[in-house]
Amino acid sequence: MIPAKFDYIKASSVNEAIDLLDKHGFDAKILSGGHSLIPAMKLRLNQPEVVIDISAIPGMNTITEDGDEIVIGANCTHNEILKSDLINNELNILAQAAKTIGDIQVRNRGTIGGSLAHADPSADYPATVLACEATIVAEGKNGSRTIAAADFFQGIFTTALEDEEIITAIRFPKVANGNYQKFYQSASRFAVVGVAVVKNGDAVKVGVTGVADTPYRATAVENAYDGTSSAASHAVDGVEVMSDHFADTEYRSHLAKVYVKKALEA
Amino acid sequence: MQISTTINGKTYSHDIEPRISLAHYLREILDLTGTHIGCDTSGCGACTVNLNGMAVKSCTLLAVQADGGEITTIEGMADGNTMHPIQEAFKEHHGLQCGFCTPGMVMTAADIIKNNPNPTEEEIRHGLEGNFCRCTGYHNIVKSIQHAAEKLNS
Repeated sequence: MIPAKFDYIKASSVNEAIDLLDKHGFDAKILSGGHSLIPAMKLRLNQPEVVIDISAIPGMNTITEDGDEIVIGANCTHNEILKSDLINNELNILAQAAKTIGDIQVRNRGTIGGSLAHADPSADYPATVLACEATIVAEGKNGSRTIAAADFFQGIFTTALEDEEIITAIRFPKVANGNYQKFYQSASRFAVVGVAVVKNGDAVKVGVTGVADTPYRATAVENAYDGTSSAASHAVDGVEVMSDHFADTEYRSHLAKVYVKKALEA
Repeated sequence: MQISTTINGKTYSHDIEPRISLAHYLREILDLTGTHIGCDTSGCGACTVNLNGMAVKSCTLLAVQADGGEITTIEGMADGNTMHPIQEAFKEHHGLQCGFCTPGMVMTAADIIKNNPNPTEEEIRHGLEGNFCRCTGYHNIVKSIQHAAEKLNS
């Protein structure tokens, strides 16, 4: 399988990449690790005329501490995230999620910015991004802005990013008590159900991926939380649950409740 | 587009189309056919090579992305006629049947052992999550990697 023809441009700065996106508009796609885009291009689900490689832009693959936040460059690979001491110590839930993605080879190439921009409804990071209330830093021709996790995911493969915007970093608050639980699709290793839980005193924040066409905060669980795992029965309240040949609506709903329970008890 | 890479210690330079995958470049242009293409969708791992010190699936990497990179393929593992200890272990412990997945298994094994010199059986099995053996010969593949790790550490 060979993609349709395209021009390849390696951007050396964020501004250059934004200018190229602005110039080529809908005909251009951003490439970082390529582990979402290249398969889609090989299947010709996506046929960009211009591919803008941002992987060599300096400063976009660092993981730093900024006060109470951890700032992760969009080009950080899953492998860099799961191996980072800073993330393991201050944001362990994200390392847990990164470890469950794909396999060694995929984790060596795939990036957090790419995964979030692609917004696959079964991707692992969105649950954690939601539960941690991270913010996505996007740069475009009008400068830089931050997008709250709750506003970022808008539908299947759809985000709040404007056409000429690029994710440059993701800002996470430090999280002391969080965990990620996942039921794997056994062939693709995507999440049939992925649940991120962040506990803070009597409060809990719950992010769910794989269950609906958009990852969501399970607010019904959060509101019903009483310190036990009984609130897990509300995992899909008000949610339109996806159905596919791996898991129909009934089974997926059941899995969501089981995995919210596991995450609350972990 | 002009790209230049170092593959198994040798420098190559070619003008190629950006849409050519690294696997395609290795096999069809450089005739390095030890790297296999199985699923061609980044699932099976038969196309695994080492790029800049890391195992990657060369079917899901454009050759232009590897520009300037240092690549090791299965052809670069042996030292002349002397097999690499991982290859030797696969031979000794029947780590292959039809052999189709073997290049990818060996390249992934090298990554596993490099990052974890004494992997447990469970760690090896997790490490091979991205490599399929359709002969289902996993038992001896895992055993081969265990023995290879021991030999490389001795």
